[in-house]
Amino acid sequence: MARRDPADVRSAREGDGPKAQGTTAPGRAATGGDSRAEPSSWASAPLVRIRGLSYRRGSLVIFEDLDLDIQRGAVTAVMGPSGTGKTTLLKLITGQLRPDAGSIEVDGLDIQRMDKAQLFKLRRRMGMLFQSNALLTDLSVFDNVAYPLREHTDLSPSMLRKVVLLKLEAVGLRGARDVMPSALSGGMARRAALARAIALDPMMILYDEPFTGQDPISMGMLIALIRQLNDAAGLTSIVVSHDVRETASIADYLYVISQGRIIAEGTPAQVAAEDSEWVRQFMDGLPDGPVHFHYPGPSLAQDLRLRGAA
Amino acid sequence: MLLDPIATLGRAVLASLTRLGRANLLLVDILRGTGEIFRHPRLLGEQIVNIGVLSLLIVGVSGLFVGMVLGLQGYYVLAQFGAEESLGVMVAASLVRELGPVVAALLVAGRAGSALTAEIGLMKATEQLSGLEMMAVDPVRRVLTPRFYGGVLAMPMLAAIFSAVGILGGYFVGVGLLGVDTGAFWSQMQAKIDFAEDVVNGVIKSLAFGVVVTWIALFQGYDSAPTSVGVSRSTTRSVVHAALVVLGLDFVLTALMFGD
Amino acid sequence: MAKRQNVELMVGAFVALGLVALFFLAMKVSNLSLSAGGEGYVLTARFTNVGSLKVRAPVTMAGVRIGRVESLRFDKTTYMAVVTMRVDAGIDAIPEDTFANIFTSGLLGEQYIGLEPGGSTDYLQDGGEIAHTQSALVLEQMIGQFLFKKAGESG
Repeated sequence: MARRDPADVRSAREGDGPKAQGTTAPGRAATGGDSRAEPSSWASAPLVRIRGLSYRRGSLVIFEDLDLDIQRGAVTAVMGPSGTGKTTLLKLITGQLRPDAGSIEVDGLDIQRMDKAQLFKLRRRMGMLFQSNALLTDLSVFDNVAYPLREHTDLSPSMLRKVVLLKLEAVGLRGARDVMPSALSGGMARRAALARAIALDPMMILYDEPFTGQDPISMGMLIALIRQLNDAAGLTSIVVSHDVRETASIADYLYVISQGRIIAEGTPAQVAAEDSEWVRQFMDGLPDGPVHFHYPGPSLAQDLRLRGAA
Repeated sequence: MLLDPIATLGRAVLASLTRLGRANLLLVDILRGTGEIFRHPRLLGEQIVNIGVLSLLIVGVSGLFVGMVLGLQGYYVLAQFGAEESLGVMVAASLVRELGPVVAALLVAGRAGSALTAEIGLMKATEQLSGLEMMAVDPVRRVLTPRFYGGVLAMPMLAAIFSAVGILGGYFVGVGLLGVDTGAFWSQMQAKIDFAEDVVNGVIKSLAFGVVVTWIALFQGYDSAPTSVGVSRSTTRSVVHAALVVLGLDFVLTALMFGD
Repeated sequence: MAKRQNVELMVGAFVALGLVALFFLAMKVSNLSLSAGGEGYVLTARFTNVGSLKVRAPVTMAGVRIGRVESLRFDKTTYMAVVTMRVDAGIDAIPEDTFANIFTSGLLGEQYIGLEPGGSTDYLQDGGEIAHTQSALVLEQMIGQFLFKKAGESG
């Protein structure tokens, strides 16, 4: 689709908010310690650029001064234990949540400066695979995949049918087009949701915990699909997950997040070679380490009121 | 120590006010999406079926029995004064002015309002609303607005059906079983029930109830915690709040409309 | 497609049913069929006391309803009540010397205006005033008069 043509992207950007770029540039310089070189051309610039991101939920700090880049055409994985705000990160990137501080640029556009209409326009170029699939339960698989197309394009019914069937073919569910979501197995539902996420030929897909609750066979299928879609269609993929092995097997670049900060980043090989205790515990799945098995609290002896413990 | 209860009270008040604010902002958002109804009239049709048609049975049957009870009780009271001929007036006035709009609203809150809350709450819990948002579709306009107008439009219809069926039930008991004169039943009714004063005011009441019941149901669903406990709590709250607000609002409207 | 038609049919049936119910309430239950509001012509009459006469109370002649009370007003110069009534258009020959009474239907019933035609051949026009009126009977006054008279007779 013409949408991914660099020239087209540039013109869309100029139309949407050239100002946003100019104003965020000083902010980026001010963060100082950024060692990454200024991109020479837009084609090599990261698709998503996060600088100094802070986000709190009540008094709980989710992110603190986070810098993160998502390169075009690559599969970037963000890993971390449950509760580190990985899903929150995706919601921030797609503009469903607003950060407390910092900037998020997607394709050169500052998310925070967008109004609803601009945000919606940008989201048409993003697909998201939700942890719970988020299929519309009162529509069949076909209608679910057709939904964004009916909403945002003027395709004729016959053309629409072709596009939907091609998308379903890509995920291997062409035969299940008339099934209702409630009748799908977990793996099939995920693939149906994936077909819907790519219906509008997005520039980027965000996967929220795609491997959770999948059996080994559908896990294998998904891993292959994510890689295949990324390479065949020239997409940019963000995978958020805590499944270390599966994620490491498809990612081109890894970020490991804990307690609101990036504690490791690099290619899977680089991260695997990392020898910080914390990274080792997470990557190798050790039961005890810097992250303790026990939730913080008084000692067992104190809790049980054993004599002599006080 | 002493300040604790006060602080708790303050927090509760602030939380309630915040929720009230959110509810009103949501209503504004819903109303802003009115154009969506004209772009997708089918969505509205589905919701009228959902809220109106599926509530027909319970509203009709309840109306019939309420009317029959009114006929029976009214007859015993009126017969003591030798005023059985006024039975028609009594039944019709109670139904058209009060019971039609109020009971229909309570039934809809229980039958359709709770279903709306659960539906929206589950859509939220299963990320369907977020999913719509990610497909660049505004969930408030697409999902909430048609349901809102469906409820608002269905309510006066249901109230009118309730009253009409109820009057027929009262007629059946009064004239059919207890021997009140048919002519007196209808002519007294027609002489005393005023179209503008009674029927139109009843319709206005039920429109107001339609707004309130649907609004509460949608807000509770949209604002529910995305867990099974959260959805079930919201569903209960939806029915309880809707019932209380309908009864309170009924008093205010009655005072405004029928007070001389 | 079948599903779409189904929705349309159900909505149509539902709305039709609602409208039938409303029509029933309007025509069969309420007075809409009786009083075509705004038609007919207006007469006024002054009473020293209207008792508990209400707006929309019937105006009758020979016991048949020919109109309704449209408004009640207090005239602060004469200290009298001014009653405006709307009489059906068909009743266009009410003599000028017609007498207007306020009656009560039954002992505890509602009050209404009863017109007794006079002998004049001049008829009241739209906006005309009925000069001869008899005020409402107030129960307390009647009882008071009755007792007073009885006392006078025995004494």
